[in-house]
Amino acid sequence: MTIFEIFRQERRGQPFAHAGSLVAPDSVFAQAWAREQYGRRQESEALWVVPREAIHEVHDFPDELNRTYHRVDGYSLKAKLKEARERAGTSAA
Amino acid sequence: MDARTAEFVEYVQGGGQVETGDWMPNDYRAKLVKFIEMHGNSELMGVLPEREWILRAPTLQRKLALTAKVQDEVGHAQLIYRVVEDLGKPRAQCLQDLVDGKAKFHNVFHYPTKTWGDVGVIAWLVDAAAIISQKALLKCSYAPYARIMKKICWEESFHILHGRDVILTLMNGTDEQRELVQEALTRWWGPLMQFHGNPIPAEDDPMVYWRIKSQANEGARQQFLDGYVPQIRELGLTVPDPKLRKNDDGVWEYTEPDWEELKHVVTGHGPKTAERLELRRRFLEQEQWVRSVVFAEAA
Amino acid sequence: MSERARQLLELADDELILGWRDSEWTGIAPSLEEDVAFSSIAQNEIGHARALYELAAHELETTADALAFDRSPDEYRSAPLVELRRLDWAHTIARHWLYECADELRLAALKRSSDDELAGLAAKMDREEVYHRLHAQMWADRLSGEERFERALDELWPAAVALLDAELREPYAQRIGRALPSNSLLQGLERGTHTDELPELWNEMTIVRRSVPGATW
Repeated sequence: MTIFEIFRQERRGQPFAHAGSLVAPDSVFAQAWAREQYGRRQESEALWVVPREAIHEVHDFPDELNRTYHRVDGYSLKAKLKEARERAGTSAA
Repeated sequence: MDARTAEFVEYVQGGGQVETGDWMPNDYRAKLVKFIEMHGNSELMGVLPEREWILRAPTLQRKLALTAKVQDEVGHAQLIYRVVEDLGKPRAQCLQDLVDGKAKFHNVFHYPTKTWGDVGVIAWLVDAAAIISQKALLKCSYAPYARIMKKICWEESFHILHGRDVILTLMNGTDEQRELVQEALTRWWGPLMQFHGNPIPAEDDPMVYWRIKSQANEGARQQFLDGYVPQIRELGLTVPDPKLRKNDDGVWEYTEPDWEELKHVVTGHGPKTAERLELRRRFLEQEQWVRSVVFAEAA
Repeated sequence: MSERARQLLELADDELILGWRDSEWTGIAPSLEEDVAFSSIAQNEIGHARALYELAAHELETTADALAFDRSPDEYRSAPLVELRRLDWAHTIARHWLYECADELRLAALKRSSDDELAGLAAKMDREEVYHRLHAQMWADRLSGEERFERALDELWPAAVALLDAELREPYAQRIGRALPSNSLLQGLERGTHTDELPELWNEMTIVRRSVPGATW
């Protein structure tokens, strides 16, 4: 028996999100059973049925040196904008 | 307590979430497995009192609704046992322990159902009591369990409506039908009051300590009484407890439930325990060949 | 009763009784996942019965529930195949597969009916039956060659043939890949006769309803 992970799409256009798992002898059974477990009330637009072994989890994302250059919080323009407006004479009265 | 465990306790008590592959203290894992397994067993055993009424449902609509309700419960058992399995205990072992009488399930599923009135009372009140417990699991520190609880609670919402619909239809019917409801309520009140367990204070409850549950037993019972005593009384039904009243502090007072009965029943001595486990065992054994052939599962 | 009403009741009674039998597996199927899936099939069967009863009820000036529950056992038009109590998986799947294959032919004929209402309902049911057929085939493929399953097919084959009207039997035999049973083997299995299991089924099915006659539930 294989563990299959089920991802469901709630509505058209939305991402597929992990919904649960089931145990089945093969993909044919897994699809038939997933259909009923996650769609019998027409609550899902579509399902992905994937053997667990096909899924590889990746974690641990170090940022030891605070790499803000490629994030919005790495930019503070307030002081520079004030200086530029004063220079151009366009500061608010 | 070692430092790593202390850190873990602080983490979950601060709202931290635990995933399957994370390190967890042995005690936490053991308590989790036992609690979740009991939940799975309860969903599965809950099917048996109700399934005979599927066959006897008096209208096509009721037959469909009851079949769908019980189907949901089997589906819940499937979701729950998967969580237990990922924590290390195989489903086959859980089912074997269940039929061998080595595992527990909730008190209410050890009692007989006698009439269509029971069908209504179970779907309306027993399910309501269960949903209160289940909502307290939505924030479980063990994330895989919290996630399935979301689907479970969503599906349970129709069960309560169905239950209330059955009850209201009976109450608006004949004297005989109203009597079915009152009689069933009278029989089920004791087990219902025992359902949430004896009132262990939150600070002494390991389930709360590990943030498996977010509500202690008495809180759940009070919530049930708050929500449902008015619903019961507005139909002209009588709760068979003369002491039941809400005091000035907003706390419900009631006759002390029979905790001995509860203990006796959940340890496998309920009126229907043996018969229902035997039915499970019979079909588990009868269809073992299917699992061996189709699922290549070792006997 | 018109030919149309009679035909509707035949189909509805088949679906009701089979759905009732299939719902006996609730909670005790070989696996939890299969329990959920098979329950959907049972519900669909009852749902189809309901839709068919509603069409007949309109013509007969009664209600679907009255047709489903308030007739006496010998007034039902179900075929013996669906009445049999075979609460073991080999027989259940054998019947399921045999029934779905027969019903496919029956529905195909109905979809071609000049009666728009009937043809329309047949098309709707067929759309759901696609998944019943997939499910039945999935299991039949897995159990093919298994002694229990093959014996069950042998045993149920005559009753399955008897479920269909005469003109569909040859195509059915071809679809299943078996020879048609001789007429003597079909004796007592034709529609119009009932198994001695029907009264017990009917008794349980109607016990609550009969407890307060005429009540609303």
